Amino acid sequence: MRTDLKIIEQWINSGSHVLDLGCGDGTLLDYLQREKQATGFGLEINQDHITTCMGRGVSVIEQNLDTQGLGNFEDHTFDTVLMTQALQAVRRPDMVLDEMLRVGREGIVTFPNFAYWKLRWYLIRRGRMPESETLPYKWYNTPNIHLCTFKDFEALCYRKGFQILNRTVVDGEHQDHWLSRLWPNMLGQIAIYRITRKGG
Amino acid sequence: MPESLPTDSVGIVTPQTLHFDTPINLACNRTLDQYDLVYETYGTLNADASNAVLICHALSGHHHAAGYHSADDRKPGWWDSCIGPGKPIDTDRFFVVSVNNLGGCHGSTGPASINPATGKPYGPDFPVITVRDWTQSQALLADRLGIQCWSAVVGGSLGGMQALQWSLDYPDRIRHSVVIASTPRLSAQNIAFNEVARQAITSDQEFYGGHYYEHNTLPRRGLMLARMVGHITYLSDASMGEKFGRELRDQAYKFGYDAEFQVESYLRYQGERFSETFDANTYLLMTRALDYFDPAYEHDNDLAKAFMKASCEFLVLSFSTDWRFIPARSEELVNAMIAARRKVSYAEIDAPWGHDAFLIPTPRYTDVFHAYMDRVAREVGA
Repeated sequence: MRTDLKIIEQWINSGSHVLDLGCGDGTLLDYLQREKQATGFGLEINQDHITTCMGRGVSVIEQNLDTQGLGNFEDHTFDTVLMTQALQAVRRPDMVLDEMLRVGREGIVTFPNFAYWKLRWYLIRRGRMPESETLPYKWYNTPNIHLCTFKDFEALCYRKGFQILNRTVVDGEHQDHWLSRLWPNMLGQIAIYRITRKGG
Repeated sequence: MPESLPTDSVGIVTPQTLHFDTPINLACNRTLDQYDLVYETYGTLNADASNAVLICHALSGHHHAAGYHSADDRKPGWWDSCIGPGKPIDTDRFFVVSVNNLGGCHGSTGPASINPATGKPYGPDFPVITVRDWTQSQALLADRLGIQCWSAVVGGSLGGMQALQWSLDYPDRIRHSVVIASTPRLSAQNIAFNEVARQAITSDQEFYGGHYYEHNTLPRRGLMLARMVGHITYLSDASMGEKFGRELRDQAYKFGYDAEFQVESYLRYQGERFSETFDANTYLLMTRALDYFDPAYEHDNDLAKAFMKASCEFLVLSFSTDWRFIPARSEELVNAMIAARRKVSYAEIDAPWGHDAFLIPTPRYTDVFHAYMDRVAREVGA
């Protein structure tokens, strides 16, 4: 399993009720169901992914976060709400984070760090929007419409009153590396945050 | 039937009939002392009877869901596209039971059957049957067939309501409930359409208050009108547009009121054919069963509370152009299941055919259905 998913797995208690926003082919939920006796749902809009989820016994709901939100989930329904590599692609990341911590007690978010040194260097050297293995798009066709840096994300958490319970960075291959731990905002490619509402 | 049987067909099938002589108590507080249920089965029941799937039919459906009755049959059963070897409901793995519901007109006891107490057809004296009465009779059929627990109960439209009712009434006798193009309850508009259909039938002079059998006649015009109205609600504007457009039967307008547009003659033809083969009293009964279905009603109008009773897993499917039971109605079901912490998967299938889309195999529909049922089969070791 991918390193980032392994890290996430450690942050989820046995028997948790989990919501996975943009659950993909259900790999993580499937794993959590089998290894952690977790229950819950994935939301997905990709048709092939939905079919794969159904075939492997992962409960999946076809639901578009941008147009439908999470209004159909009651407050505090889930122990953990997950969103891997999708925060930067939603219309209003701040509102999605609010919603995640409304329907769930904790949120786990992963996203690419736009302050990663290679992206900075790309911009400085070429003066053009950076492209990389993790961000392989042109500025005009990218689904990643709200890229941010680790510092940006933490500033948002601070303003929203979210508490950061854990924070880990991995490289493009989702590997843990001592360098990226040393100076995350410069050397980390992908961030994994575990957050909750302060006092909540 | 085609020259040779397709390899994914269940082939020639023969309906069977079971007689029940223990009285069944109905929701209307009446009882039926004895009755018949006619059904078909496809595939083989495995040793521990864990691979059984119940197919529930919709308003005008019946037990003949797949295969052919004889080599002369022009068309296979109504859901042949989804039931057969290698199809979503794979008869190489599942034992499929498809029953004609009580009150129907295809062999199971209904208004046209002879009432043993009078020696005459029941007619309008046949009790009004509800979805719950159907699940009860289906459970009694399951007992007789040696099926303690269905691996899945599957149905579209009114059939989906039965799949839902099963999950509430017999939570320990169903592992999966597959609810396609259905709704938690009819809307006022849905009931209104049903009422137009019923008025068309009951106001036909040949209806004789439902006693038309004794007058050796049929309320053909009324049933035809009912079917025409119903049929429009099963299709979408786009699919009718594509099929007929404004096409005329002849070159020019005739400045009269005969069927000039293709769509008119199509509806008339469908309605006429239906009125010869379907029983008008059964049509009234089926539409009423639709009207009354409302599992939330008994639970303070809280659908989630109703689903607390269920323990099976659900698959809910809707179709983008279905305006009879729009996707939002399926989403109501899904949200109530989520609130009740039941396991549920949901997909909205993009298909142009309106409500009827649940009968038409489109790639995504088939893929999703197949994937889910494949997993059900694996779960029960089939």
